[in-house]
Amino acid sequence: MSNLLTVSPSPHIHSDDSTRKIMYRVVFALIPALIWSVFVFGADALRVTAIAVIACIAVEYLIQKYLMKVKPSINDGSALITGILLAFNVPAGLPWWIIVIGAVAAMGIGKLSFGGLGNNIFNPALVGRVFLLISFPVQMTTWPANQQAGTDAVSSATPLAVIKEGITSGTPVSQLFSEMPAATDMLLGNTTGSLGEISALMLIIGGLYMLFKKVITWHIPVSVIGSVAIIAGIFWLADPQSYVNPVYHLLTGGLMLGAIFMATDMVTSPMTPRGQIIYGVGIGAITISIRLFGAYPEGISFAILIMNAFTPLINNYVKPKRFGGK
Amino acid sequence: MLKTFKLGGVHPPENKISAGNAIEVLPPPKSVFIPVAQHIGAPATPVVKRGDLVKTGQLIAKSSSFVSTNIHASVSGKVKRVDFAADSSGYPKQGIFIDVDGDEWVEEIDRSEELVKDFDLDGKAIIDKIQEAGIVGLGGATFPTHVKLVPPKGMKAEVLLINGVECEPYLTSDHRLMLEKADKILTGTRLLMKALKVEKAVIGIENNKPDAIQLLTEKSKTFEGISVTALKVKYPQGGEKQLIKAVTGKEVPSGALPIAVGAVVSNVGTAFAVYEAVQKNKPLFERVVTVAGKNVAKPSNFKARIGTPTEVLIEAAGGLPEDTGKVISGGPMMGRAVSSLNVPVTKGTSGILLMENKEAKRNEPITCIRCSRCVSVCPMGLEPYFLKVVSEKQVFDRAEENRIMDCIECGSCSYTCPSSLPLLDYIRFGKGKVGQIIRSRKK
Repeated sequence: MSNLLTVSPSPHIHSDDSTRKIMYRVVFALIPALIWSVFVFGADALRVTAIAVIACIAVEYLIQKYLMKVKPSINDGSALITGILLAFNVPAGLPWWIIVIGAVAAMGIGKLSFGGLGNNIFNPALVGRVFLLISFPVQMTTWPANQQAGTDAVSSATPLAVIKEGITSGTPVSQLFSEMPAATDMLLGNTTGSLGEISALMLIIGGLYMLFKKVITWHIPVSVIGSVAIIAGIFWLADPQSYVNPVYHLLTGGLMLGAIFMATDMVTSPMTPRGQIIYGVGIGAITISIRLFGAYPEGISFAILIMNAFTPLINNYVKPKRFGGK
Repeated sequence: MLKTFKLGGVHPPENKISAGNAIEVLPPPKSVFIPVAQHIGAPATPVVKRGDLVKTGQLIAKSSSFVSTNIHASVSGKVKRVDFAADSSGYPKQGIFIDVDGDEWVEEIDRSEELVKDFDLDGKAIIDKIQEAGIVGLGGATFPTHVKLVPPKGMKAEVLLINGVECEPYLTSDHRLMLEKADKILTGTRLLMKALKVEKAVIGIENNKPDAIQLLTEKSKTFEGISVTALKVKYPQGGEKQLIKAVTGKEVPSGALPIAVGAVVSNVGTAFAVYEAVQKNKPLFERVVTVAGKNVAKPSNFKARIGTPTEVLIEAAGGLPEDTGKVISGGPMMGRAVSSLNVPVTKGTSGILLMENKEAKRNEPITCIRCSRCVSVCPMGLEPYFLKVVSEKQVFDRAEENRIMDCIECGSCSYTCPSSLPLLDYIRFGKGKVGQIIRSRKK
């Protein structure tokens, strides 16, 4: 016989799914939110996203090639996602050099210092965002105006910041609400905030697509959103003049972006459904604690990073349901 | 809602291309190689020597212990030699080479096709005949059937499950057998029920074989205590523990045998072999083998003699396609890739699958992204990604703690891994080592 046979252990077929396909499905799921932010913030949204993506890919390439001396893996799609998510987590008017610093922090510190894809403990895009938030607090909280909202202002405050400032100064919630966009506007994204976080609706559409394509499961988003709603709801019911209702908590800030796209990052979240629920509830609880009692108006980035650190511990103790019981 | 097992599972493309093709009887080849170890347990001891003349169905190797089986000549002719040659594992195994001359069967075998439905043997006599005939589990595990029929002390069988699931892609041998030999399978099932002293038997069939479900449901009405359960299609439902869970809802505890939950599982092919052995005095020396593959000219189901070289079956199915890159004995999920086309059909060969070059090569593995799909598809509730790492790093105590020995090697993890990591390869290595450690501890 002329041709040689391949001999390898079973299984002999493969599902034909690949890491790359998963990554590109995530990118695809991010597109509705990106389109919305271009609609709201204009070309600036594209500029920031493009700079972040190019910078993340370039940093990964340079570090892998010249520092780690391994074959660069920039076409696996993961640097592309980190770039988009980093952009989604910063204001649309951010200067280019700050974005590049964010990319260096995200890829260099957040990802490659741990060994690259699959080995990082913390979500790289959030490492970048938090690095920038601490280093450039002014630029990171200068929000461009929503071009659709019809205001002439160069910058405006996010709903979360309005609430935080108002409540700390003792203004009753009912009065604060007159300065706030309506819930439907926040659902759609007729508000301001970080580039990709403003439209809950677009993020939910992307999330449903990922659920449908089995990129993510329901456990993390539902447990994050559910725990925020329940905890915020308890405070609101106890004292509606000092705490805003849970609907606003769900629709404002980075909650949807965090719950659907950041907390679900496969590399940094637990492996079992039960572990994912513990992780999600942890994120929800920390987020709402920071929002209600912390110094920052928004807390989901910190919450996800803190729970990222617990992921190895959760994986160690929360085992899947074994066949045949204990 | 159709029944199925709960944890994990995957849906590989079914590709049952030979399902519509009736079983064809393949004439005896020119020569056969019959290994003496075609079952789990001790190899049989050859009782013929070079130059002996044997008849089809004659005992040629004798069971050497309780967990072992008799081996019979599948052809008539002259014993060429008793020697070692590679079987589907690739390792040399002792076996008997026979040069075929005619096809003269031993006199006791009733060769008529006539259905013999009645029997008055008692359970013990049935088990003896099964043992005598060298019957093993024909689903692929090849565990000696007579051993299963004698539950360990203190345990009692309550239900017999007949496995007609055939969840491996491509394979259709059980499907064809159910369509063509339904009465005989049902009679064989009654025989097994009597041997086990159970009143109830359930035949589990996946829903992608509606014709078999319908036929057996209809025919089983005249057989007391036998019913058919249609199951939702999901791999690896043909796994013993998964089938028990799907049909009865009970989970066999870790490390225990099905009898622990009162169940005994036999394949439909085994039930048919039992019928032939008990009612027709025919030892197990032939079986149905599917030959299939994307480029196979004539996908077929052959009734082939044990010991027939793979090559002969491939020729009968239209020859080896030009582009063949891998030949598998069994199905694509759990079968073994063979290194030579001389490898013989044995009692456990349910199919021969020819894969084209493109399919034959594995993808280049890349790094684990911890997507957790291997965890969600594992039918045993294990963490393949973790077992891979601890096996690779040789941290065997962690592997054992995390129940590596529960792995049934179904391959769902490797199949599904988007990074194409060979998870099962590492887990098999870890299982081997942990098994050694456990055995040395018992000493």
